[in-house]
Amino acid sequence: MNTRQETSVAAPRRAVMVQIDGDEVKVPEGSTILDACTAHGTAVPTLCYGETIDPVNACRLCVVEVENNRVLVPSCSRKVEPGMVVKTDTARTRHSRKMVLELLGSSVDLSTAPRVGEWMQQYGADPTRYGVGATVAQPVKIDNELYVRDYAKCILCYKCVDACGTEWQNTFAIAVSGRGFDVRISTEFDVELPESACVYCGNCIAVCPTGALMFTTEYDMRSAGTWDESVQQQTDTVCPYCGVGCNLTLHTQDNTIVKVTSPFDRSLTSGNLCIKGRFGFQHVQSRGDTVR
Amino acid sequence: MDLRFPQAEPTLSEVQALDVVLAPSTVAEGWQRQHGGAHRARELRHLLLPSLHALQARVGWISPGGLGELCRRLDVPPAEAYGVATFYAMFITEQRPTRVVHVCADLVCHTRGAGALLDAVEAEFGAPDQACDQAGVGTAFWKPSPCLGLCERAPAALIVEAGDPAHEAVISMATVADISVAVRQGTHAVAAEAPPEAAVPQTVSPFGAGTTPELVLLARVGKVDPLSLDDFRAHGGYLALRAAVAMGPTAVIREVTDSQLVGRGGAAFPAGRKWQAVAGQPARPHYLVCNADESEPGTFKDRVILEGDPYSVIEAMTIAGYATGCELGFVYIRGEYPRALSHLQIAIDAARHRGFLGPDVMGLGFAFDIQVVRGAGAYICGEETAIFASIEGYRGEPRSKPPYPVEVGLFGKPTLVNNVETLVNVLPIMLRGGPAFAAIGTTGSSGTKLFCVSGSVKTAGVYEVPFGATLRELLDMAGGVPAGRSLRAVLLGGAAGSFVRADEIDVALTFEGVRAAGTTLGSGVVLALDDSVDLPTFLRRIAAFFRDESCGQCVPCRVGTVRQEEALVRLTVGSRQAHDIQLLRDVGEVMRDASICGFGQSAWNAIESAIDRLGALT
Amino acid sequence: MVGLATVFGAGGGTSSYREIEDTDVIVLWGSNARVAHPIFFHHVLTGIRKGAKLFVVDPRRTESARWADRWLGLHVGSDIALAHAIGREIIAAGLHNRAFVEGSTTGFDDYRAAVEPWTLEHAEAVTGVPADAIRELAHAFALADRAQMCWTLGITEHHNGVDNVLSLINLNLLCGHVGRYAAGINPLRGQNNVQGGGDMGAIPNKLPGFQDILDDAARHKFDTAWNCTIPAHHGWHLTQMFEAMERNELRALYVIGENPAQSEADSGHAIHILEGLEHMVVQDIFMTRTAQLADVVLPATAAWCETEGTVTNSERRVQRIRKALDPPGDARDDAAIIIDLAHRLGHPEWSYPDAESIWNELRSLSPMHTGMSYQRLADLGGIQWPCPSNDTLEPSYLHGRLWAEDPADRGRRAPFSPVPWAGPVDQITAEFPIRLTTGRRLDSYNTGVQTGAIASPMRQGETLDLNPDDAMRLGIDDGDMVRITSRRGSIEAPARFDAHLRPGLAFMTFHFPDEIDVNVLTIEANDPKSGTAEFKASAIRVDKIMSRVPSPVAGT
Repeated sequence: MNTRQETSVAAPRRAVMVQIDGDEVKVPEGSTILDACTAHGTAVPTLCYGETIDPVNACRLCVVEVENNRVLVPSCSRKVEPGMVVKTDTARTRHSRKMVLELLGSSVDLSTAPRVGEWMQQYGADPTRYGVGATVAQPVKIDNELYVRDYAKCILCYKCVDACGTEWQNTFAIAVSGRGFDVRISTEFDVELPESACVYCGNCIAVCPTGALMFTTEYDMRSAGTWDESVQQQTDTVCPYCGVGCNLTLHTQDNTIVKVTSPFDRSLTSGNLCIKGRFGFQHVQSRGDTVR
Repeated sequence: MDLRFPQAEPTLSEVQALDVVLAPSTVAEGWQRQHGGAHRARELRHLLLPSLHALQARVGWISPGGLGELCRRLDVPPAEAYGVATFYAMFITEQRPTRVVHVCADLVCHTRGAGALLDAVEAEFGAPDQACDQAGVGTAFWKPSPCLGLCERAPAALIVEAGDPAHEAVISMATVADISVAVRQGTHAVAAEAPPEAAVPQTVSPFGAGTTPELVLLARVGKVDPLSLDDFRAHGGYLALRAAVAMGPTAVIREVTDSQLVGRGGAAFPAGRKWQAVAGQPARPHYLVCNADESEPGTFKDRVILEGDPYSVIEAMTIAGYATGCELGFVYIRGEYPRALSHLQIAIDAARHRGFLGPDVMGLGFAFDIQVVRGAGAYICGEETAIFASIEGYRGEPRSKPPYPVEVGLFGKPTLVNNVETLVNVLPIMLRGGPAFAAIGTTGSSGTKLFCVSGSVKTAGVYEVPFGATLRELLDMAGGVPAGRSLRAVLLGGAAGSFVRADEIDVALTFEGVRAAGTTLGSGVVLALDDSVDLPTFLRRIAAFFRDESCGQCVPCRVGTVRQEEALVRLTVGSRQAHDIQLLRDVGEVMRDASICGFGQSAWNAIESAIDRLGALT
Repeated sequence: MVGLATVFGAGGGTSSYREIEDTDVIVLWGSNARVAHPIFFHHVLTGIRKGAKLFVVDPRRTESARWADRWLGLHVGSDIALAHAIGREIIAAGLHNRAFVEGSTTGFDDYRAAVEPWTLEHAEAVTGVPADAIRELAHAFALADRAQMCWTLGITEHHNGVDNVLSLINLNLLCGHVGRYAAGINPLRGQNNVQGGGDMGAIPNKLPGFQDILDDAARHKFDTAWNCTIPAHHGWHLTQMFEAMERNELRALYVIGENPAQSEADSGHAIHILEGLEHMVVQDIFMTRTAQLADVVLPATAAWCETEGTVTNSERRVQRIRKALDPPGDARDDAAIIIDLAHRLGHPEWSYPDAESIWNELRSLSPMHTGMSYQRLADLGGIQWPCPSNDTLEPSYLHGRLWAEDPADRGRRAPFSPVPWAGPVDQITAEFPIRLTTGRRLDSYNTGVQTGAIASPMRQGETLDLNPDDAMRLGIDDGDMVRITSRRGSIEAPARFDAHLRPGLAFMTFHFPDEIDVNVLTIEANDPKSGTAEFKASAIRVDKIMSRVPSPVAGT
């Protein structure tokens, strides 16, 4: 019946051969070195990389050595070229990764950043050797009931800004302000979120790699010491609001929804939701009394 | 776009200031507005930086009402506009007095007594960045400033007065009395500035007929009225463009290639290859950017050319645009250069008026025009990709390369970026031919070079010498170290450069010469330090410069420059800790290896060379 | 759904969300997707970023309209006039796709005759849209290699909603913007399973899989499978049911997951009718206003998080929903309740151990769902219908057949619909001088039953949004309490200035019916074809009753 099988407009992609740690790896043209490493099964640590966000390569944790390059290159953003020779685990890459972890660890609260502790050990990072230096410590911003912003945990990966901005939400409630060590993620004149353009889609929370942005439910449970990911379950379902059919992942603990995310690998949402999908779950848990 | 704007209303002054830049708003609002959307917003975004300048210049700060009005007119999200405004040191986002005195606290001024000057200013007027109420001058405040590019007359200061019109003036060889007058009375009470050629000792005090090298790049400085197009033409102006058009674009690029000209901004990339790459890009349009954001501490050569011979820059840009297929060029000029900005703008207006810029340049059948973009106090915008972001109306953060500017540059289009000095070299290349130009200098370094000699020398200034002269010869031209002092070291290339010892000054000032000696020419800074200079303090100032000017984008540079400064403070004023030298090396290595751009990559160079070559800190 | 089914035989949007990212011109007509379908709008934004031009046709300068390269602010209910003018302009400029029109459509000549009177000038007078804007949209749409036409309730919630839809489909037929990748016609559904409900046969004229209830063979298939006899006539849609209740023909009602006491136009009248029933059963997760009127209330589970099953979205994608929570109290899922009911009604043979077994029965009866096993649905992240094969997938767009090389393969040609224009039923007069239209806000959903629990900092409660000049003429200031009166009833609400509303236009939502029941005002003028009420066009009068109230009425 259907005479045309065209389903996409992507041009055909050639394959490119690169060398990763001595092994030949074949990946499609336009892939990044990180893609090639993943294809090869080589683990490269990343912090500011996000699978749904154009890489800003700001953290420099994923740097690798590329032959004939004077400096290390960020694997998350550098595209492969035919014949590229990549080394992911050299004295230079190990030093840079260790130092990035130390520099972040000495200035930012990484206590809720997944995997960072493990990498610290792996690379022998010792953030305490800088003594009492400048940090980004500051009070937690709690200006609404849906999510909190704890910028003492912010590594300035830009992902929240990009998710709020041109990459997805295009609401532009937050941006990078200031310069150098004083750079902060901020609304205009640092006004509180209810005064800002924020529409509480929570797409910033979804991409935050350190827990600087957090559901109020999670923040409160962590504060009360009841947050326990080991007993939580994740269930994929579909948002009940409107007809778009966004994919939801419900995070539940003790028969209660404690957080809502959306899978990054579905082109329908690419991990994004609106306020209703992200925070519209309360009604099912507050209706116990009304059901009879 | 469904943006949300601040509730605050703009003042009439702010609206009028924006009207000058944006033309009175004809865009209807609310239901009467039919046109809009992201495409329109994208087309207007480059007006953000000039609009912020207009607000700052009129009322002395970027207020919520002013920012909101600007955002409404340009469809820029307020959070983004605030992020851009707070990126630049010259924009203030809290209400302040309308008069500000920027007192240079940077390297060269430091060797000329800026430390004591700043202490005295603080004693009289109180802490920086707040109204000078302590001295009864609530209408003014002062702040320490990065290098103002007035190094031949250090210590220097810049006064800016918001208003209609705004006023700006510079103070040369500033004393606390000069600063005091400026704070209290403003720009009109400041002594008139010396003419541009005063910065070029070779034009006014020849060292004997036989020894003065022929000036090529600076030939017209002091000889022509910098504002007169006719005078420029009477002194050989626009002959190079005629020659270029006569030979055609392909031949122009061939001559530039054969001249072996390399970029003078610091990277020393072959200019001909860059031109060829841009010319050959199929994507259109092509853009030209003249990098006049000369902000490296101790660098002021571009300022001298822009002030003293602005038409030469225009002519050179026109040739570059002709050869590489650019119909529009931008000059990105640092915000702290009021006179260079004014001279250049007058010259561009005159050239356009007379048909030397525009849809049919000189009737020769090609179009070229130039827009001036004023920086706002951010060293990093001199980086060749950060300059694009800044012109486009974004934070001046460098972008990752590749892709390189010749492929994806300004507004995402193929772009030729050259610095002012590089471009003006094109004029003699056109007139003499590439091979003849290549014959000047050495085999590895062709042509002449402008050096900014400052610090502990008798006659500071811009010196033009053929490549091959030694550092000692150059210092001798500048009269050497003042009597009674001895040379301790020379900082070559600026804060991002490195030190050479007094016993190393026979190094030839060529690319190959300094490379062999393990140092760099950088942007041509030659900053002499005598035995009276407090080296630890000087090094802390270098570290503070990198901390202040880091854009903050990547971790190695954002945090590394802070840790570097902290360690230097511990090593120089606190209890010296043995492991801090190792810590400096560790931090330095990650900055050099893993930073996004050349700024972070070179943030440790000078300090490393101070430790390893000068034996400092040990 | 009716309009699309009439023209193409299948009641579903023809494209996928992903395709809108690769299109050249996007027209959002009567759709404030930025607010009502935010994640669909992400795909629109991606399209814009990749260079697509956006036109928004809406009486209000909505959040979506502010993203448009050009907004066409038409008078409420003048959609057909505008669509016809666009069609006429395309034909007059010789920009219609002759090959497609000749080879794959019918009725072009009648259509051309129907739109002939709609010159740009005439349309400007009727619609209020400047002639140059109409021309710009017409030319951009026709010149685009690929264009998307998308609409929502702004098109369907009219007394002639189906005609509105048909008038838009005409434009796509005219330019061949259907049946190709990234060119299509897409209604955006208001609820997460509107599409699925129709697909499953919860419409009066279709069996599951859009099989016609009047088709003997189709009916026979179901008769056999279900061991019963399906009546060979159309059922009633909701509006017809209400009419039947009014006539006392319909005496008992079983309401599952609907709140008609608050969601129907002219709600006072609706409640009165429901109260007159002999028996009403309401199955819901909340004790809704309707449930309060019921004789029996059956507590149900929240389908999306307490039940296993599937839903189908606006791009025809069937996706699984899963149970994440144990339901509270005695709540049970809808299928279990219905099966239990069947048992008590004497059908013990209804035996479905789980949701998947019900689904598999559907797959055996509905060819367009046959290839959608639970496993495949999980593995592929949902599957778009039609999916007749267990092994392969169909293209992401519908009706590629219309472009088949061989005319014989093109199937039934798509007919043009020379629909007439008729303005809103509720006329603007001196007594009721302001046009009230309704819509949604970002943080609320329908009657607010579910979204009331979101602690949204954006929520400001119900307001009557007015053009500031209109308001000032009426002596009303921002925040004043006003009385709003239509020919059907009267309510009070705070006024709110909105400079994006054209003069003469007012706006309200229906999210806070417990405080301010906007549907007291709306008109129950229903589309005879779809049964949808004219929520979008009431005539009202606004009177100030009290100066600025201390704080707007808070949400529930």
